Amino acid sequence: MRTRRFMAAAIGAALLLSTAACSSNDGGQAASVEGKTAEAPGKASPAVGFIMVGPKDDFGYNQAVYDGAMAVQKAYPEMEVLTAENVPETDEAARVMEGMIKKGAKIIFATSYGHLDAAKTVAAAHPDVVVVHQGGTVDGKMPPNLGTYFGTVYEPVYLAGILAGKATKSNKLGYVYAFPIPQTIANINAFQLGAASVNPKAQTYVVNTSNWCDPAAQAQAAQSLLGQGVDVLTQHQDCTATITKAAEAAGAYVVGYHADASKLAPKGWLGGSEWAWSDLYTDLVKTALAGKFTGSAYNANYRVGFKDGKNPFVVSEFGPSVTDETKAQVATAKQDISTTGSPFKGPITANDGTTVLFAAGEVPAYADVEAKNTMFVEGVVGEIPKK
Amino acid sequence: MNLFVEILAGGVTGGSSILYAALGETISERAGVVNLGTEGSMLGGACAGYAIAAQTGNPWMGAIAGAVAGCLLASVLAYFVLERGSNQLATGLVVLFLALGLTSLFGVAFVSRTITPMAVWDVPLLSEIPAIGPILFQQDPLTYLAYALVPAVWWLLFRSRWGLLIRGAGERTEVLATYGHRVVPTQALAVLIGGALAGIGGAQLSTAYANAWFENMVQGRGFIAVAVVIFANRKPFPVAAGALLFGTALALSPALQSRGYSINQFALHAIPYVATILALVVLARRQADDTPEGLRKVFELSPVH
Repeated sequence: MRTRRFMAAAIGAALLLSTAACSSNDGGQAASVEGKTAEAPGKASPAVGFIMVGPKDDFGYNQAVYDGAMAVQKAYPEMEVLTAENVPETDEAARVMEGMIKKGAKIIFATSYGHLDAAKTVAAAHPDVVVVHQGGTVDGKMPPNLGTYFGTVYEPVYLAGILAGKATKSNKLGYVYAFPIPQTIANINAFQLGAASVNPKAQTYVVNTSNWCDPAAQAQAAQSLLGQGVDVLTQHQDCTATITKAAEAAGAYVVGYHADASKLAPKGWLGGSEWAWSDLYTDLVKTALAGKFTGSAYNANYRVGFKDGKNPFVVSEFGPSVTDETKAQVATAKQDISTTGSPFKGPITANDGTTVLFAAGEVPAYADVEAKNTMFVEGVVGEIPKK
Repeated sequence: MNLFVEILAGGVTGGSSILYAALGETISERAGVVNLGTEGSMLGGACAGYAIAAQTGNPWMGAIAGAVAGCLLASVLAYFVLERGSNQLATGLVVLFLALGLTSLFGVAFVSRTITPMAVWDVPLLSEIPAIGPILFQQDPLTYLAYALVPAVWWLLFRSRWGLLIRGAGERTEVLATYGHRVVPTQALAVLIGGALAGIGGAQLSTAYANAWFENMVQGRGFIAVAVVIFANRKPFPVAAGALLFGTALALSPALQSRGYSINQFALHAIPYVATILALVVLARRQADDTPEGLRKVFELSPVH
């Protein structure tokens, strides 16, 4: 009886404390909204926060974010750089961002595709904090303290496709991806188009894993593709180690993505594309610190590519087997894309044989590329999973 | 490789980790303890296996470390369930969350490390047999060990003295007590062995199959193992068949896709779980009658007709 009463009292106290904690949160938020609406978002922020969906050494997406964050730290040694790894793409992300704001951060980078909703919520609740999202698109009116940014990933992927097209002997390339999101479809298409531009017989076999990083599924996908005679593998996954190692173990070539994983595949590495966020991150932080974020280029769906000379997605180091002739072809193609061309210069037909994705002579603008890549192009074996 | 052979071969490799966990869970459930923390033991085994393999350069040390990690996590369950009488199902889930947290925390350092994986070893002569060869005899050593483990566990449970004690503990603990055998240590040993086997299964996943460690990489295989044990009526040979079934379901998606068959990816990835539900529905009646009496009390919350 006594224990039961004690338990009731303990539970009651816990409830009281938690309601007190919750209400003090609201109180704090209300105060910051009232007092700071006049203040430019992000101005003179003492700290900057980065939230990542995975670990910082995944040889991929999140490692690149971390490297960019360290570059910001180097440029602004007096600022506190807060990083959070393994932040899931749920409400948890909003909680982590709130935590960073409490620690003083007035500039937050939400770096995973699925962090967009959380980013929008946090931006709405804190008008004095600059929240920028990596990879998403905000439709309609952009709030004054929110922005999205990304590079034209498909441009270096097109160049990497050239490497694959030249290296393959079986003319079968393999692409492991997670979900058929617009970025991924554009990547797969660009890869195939790049390979086909130097090797018209090349075909790309696609396998999805329904997961940004499931090593077991990746291993199975790699085995399956290799068993089909594929001799160049590439991927759109957050963690790139498994597939890279699997290709190397099987004696196949591998084209990297997100980061330089060449040390995992000393023989098979051809090249790839990797993030180089340092310049973009540092410039964004600089703009925000000066109070100039609102109305700047970053306060929009900011996309840059080779044509702007500021593509944060660059071509990786070439591997040992890449010939000088191939390197020259890549350089020529890059020059072409950087000026008047595009990986998606028409005419481009979908792999059903009839649908025309890009008309003859059409050079799509950066903003239209993702929207126009609705199907896989000719040469890609497989279809986009129907909804 | 033709489609059928590839799916089955992938099924054996992928099902191997499920088989280890399922065999362990068979022993545990025969003793009357349902270990929902099997997934946690597999995670612990995968993390420890990869970490030790990276540190020592020897994947076998990794397998041993995986067994130890799985065993330690199962010991948490054994203590709270057997010593303190807490609810088996809830405690199992708590162990799972504990394992998730611990492996995420300590595993971060090992994500970028590389290991010498368990190499595939082709059994001389046997691996040449068309179809059966690539499916059964071109696998990693831990999978071969699993082949031996299935009859070993059968013999242990149904032909050995210790197995009799285990099954007795699962049916009626009073019987054991009447004959002067201590119940709790018997059950605890069964749970610990179950955890150790699940740990080896996890180690197989990270050191042989995927050759990587990433947080939460087990992705529900531990729960699939528990389901397999339930619908296979806790008998080692049907459990092995069930584990193969699941491994095959998991290998189906990439095999079909890489040949250009486009089926809705979400439907394909749901197949293993749909298969579980179907199997449970189809086998429910027989399974209900065969459940050891002591185990029925664990599931008392849901009426079994």
